[in-house]
Amino acid sequence: MSDWVIEAEGITKVYRMGDIEVHALSGVDLRIARGEIVSIMGPSGSGKTTLMNILGCLDRPTSGSYSLDGSQVAELSDDQLAAIRNKKVGFVFQSFNLLGRQTALTNVELPMRYAGVSNGRRKRAMEALEAVGLGDRVQHRPNELSGGQQQRVAIARALVNNPAMIMADEPTGNLDSKSGVEIVQILLDLNRNIGTTLIFVTHDPEIAAHTKRVISLLDGLITEDRIVEK
Amino acid sequence: MDLWRIVLEALDSLASNKVRSALTVLGIVIGVGAVIAMLAIGAGAQNTITGSISGIGTNLLFVMRGGSEEVRNPQPLTLGDAEAMRDPFAAPSVIGVAPVLQGSAEITFTGEGDIVAAVGVTPEHESVRNVEIAEGEFINEIHLLGRSAVVVLGPDIAETLFGRTESIVGESVRIEGQPFRVIGITIAKGGQGPTNEDNQIYIPMSTAQTRLFRRSGSDHVDMILVQALNADAVTTAEEEISAILRNRHRTAIGEDDFTTFSQQSFLEVAETITNVFTIFLGGVASISLLVGGIGIMNIMLVSVTERTREIGLRKAVGARKRDIMLQFLAESALLSLFGGLIGIVLGWALSMLVGAIAAASNADINPVVGIDAVLLATIFSAAVGLFFGLYPAKRAADLEPVEALRYE
Repeated sequence: MSDWVIEAEGITKVYRMGDIEVHALSGVDLRIARGEIVSIMGPSGSGKTTLMNILGCLDRPTSGSYSLDGSQVAELSDDQLAAIRNKKVGFVFQSFNLLGRQTALTNVELPMRYAGVSNGRRKRAMEALEAVGLGDRVQHRPNELSGGQQQRVAIARALVNNPAMIMADEPTGNLDSKSGVEIVQILLDLNRNIGTTLIFVTHDPEIAAHTKRVISLLDGLITEDRIVEK
Repeated sequence: MDLWRIVLEALDSLASNKVRSALTVLGIVIGVGAVIAMLAIGAGAQNTITGSISGIGTNLLFVMRGGSEEVRNPQPLTLGDAEAMRDPFAAPSVIGVAPVLQGSAEITFTGEGDIVAAVGVTPEHESVRNVEIAEGEFINEIHLLGRSAVVVLGPDIAETLFGRTESIVGESVRIEGQPFRVIGITIAKGGQGPTNEDNQIYIPMSTAQTRLFRRSGSDHVDMILVQALNADAVTTAEEEISAILRNRHRTAIGEDDFTTFSQQSFLEVAETITNVFTIFLGGVASISLLVGGIGIMNIMLVSVTERTREIGLRKAVGARKRDIMLQFLAESALLSLFGGLIGIVLGWALSMLVGAIAAASNADINPVVGIDAVLLATIFSAAVGLFFGLYPAKRAADLEPVEALRYE
């Protein structure tokens, strides 16, 4: 297995809006090593969401090659992409996206159910929740949890299938600053403890300040890719 | 994904919007209930009708004048035809022949009166038609030869005229204004409607011919009842008498100017009619099931739209199209299955109610909720749920994860 989690070359994405072609990405080359912590930054319309969707296998590039954790994924079918997302990508969204009627525990079990895991599901979900410090809240539903706690459930859900990377899309956007710091800290701890690759998609310089590598996007191209030395 | 988990989750999701789920189920409940009730009532009506036909007797044949429409100038049936059927060499399967002359006549007794079916018969009618006498005697040879003014009354008309069914023999009644002496009362057979034999009177054939129903030829009869040896000999007897009549009427084969009916053919006709009736009612009822199915589709489409983000999230964490399909199909199938189960109970209750109303109004219909109807309704309602759930589920499964996640 290569040391690169992400190897992307010449990624373009073109949307059609009526007669107009919108070039959301116009040739992005990117490599991210295993265990790296990366921020992808850029203003609205820069293409960072599109890049995240492609890197997270939610969408396919119009052209270019993309290898995630050693598998070529640019031309897979919808269901094959779903399987890749299930095994290799953990998502943390700005708005948590938990299932409102399910407990924290069943929310965390969800990816394992789609993976077809039937044994030890509960135990693994419990471990993931304990890892994010919610071992005492497993039977609570999202509406009985604070925003920070809900985001921690989402992190537990993202890491429960031992993904190659976790993509966090504005993970602190809906949180107060104190919870936001906690959430970022939990993610950084995961990286330190189990070596999970972390990709933050954000325009918040506070988060970017925690990452060693910052990639800036503008008009569908990478304008800057710098290593921050602390 | 294990099936049990899918069902639990679907139940949970349906429970999250109880009023909506209940209203959707109601459409299926009404549809299935209507189908069950209609099939049950149809089956009940069929049983009643075939039951009363079976009362005729399994070894009887009815011979009537006239064949298919193409046959012109059908010859009337005569006493001579009836006599010819008694020939033990030409018709060995026949053991009894009873010609009949019938019409309606007004019968009165001291001011009380009614119009009833009057049957001109020969003495053999008693054994052929299995008429049982409660009191007095049936018409005999002497009455027939003497064209006697005598009458045998059914118990219902006796009750109408005399207010009793006993000690009537010897009384004098007037039929079409002419005095007749009552010589017997038949035993009640039970029945209703125009074929009620309890409201019928029997008079000698010769008397009917000369005094009540004058036919153009003095030996013409309306119908000839033929008794076969047994139920198995009915077909043979039918062939024998057909040959006799063709010979006597000099008609070519295929141009019969007479028609024979057996109990079997009556039963077949009746069953055809009641089947058509049942299919018609069931068809009308299944339209409401269809409407209920469209209700399910409607609600599932709303539900898919409402839960677009949830679908996006599920896809993001690895749900395949199949998983999303199954999730929504489970919900629509459960909706219609519940509807089907409640509908079966409702349909059963409805058919019992109809049975009770029918019994109260003296029409003897016992609705039968057959296991086949229950199975049909269950399978049909689940199929409706799956069919009408398919399109919404497909819509959900085909959502693009990126767009579904961004949906507000």
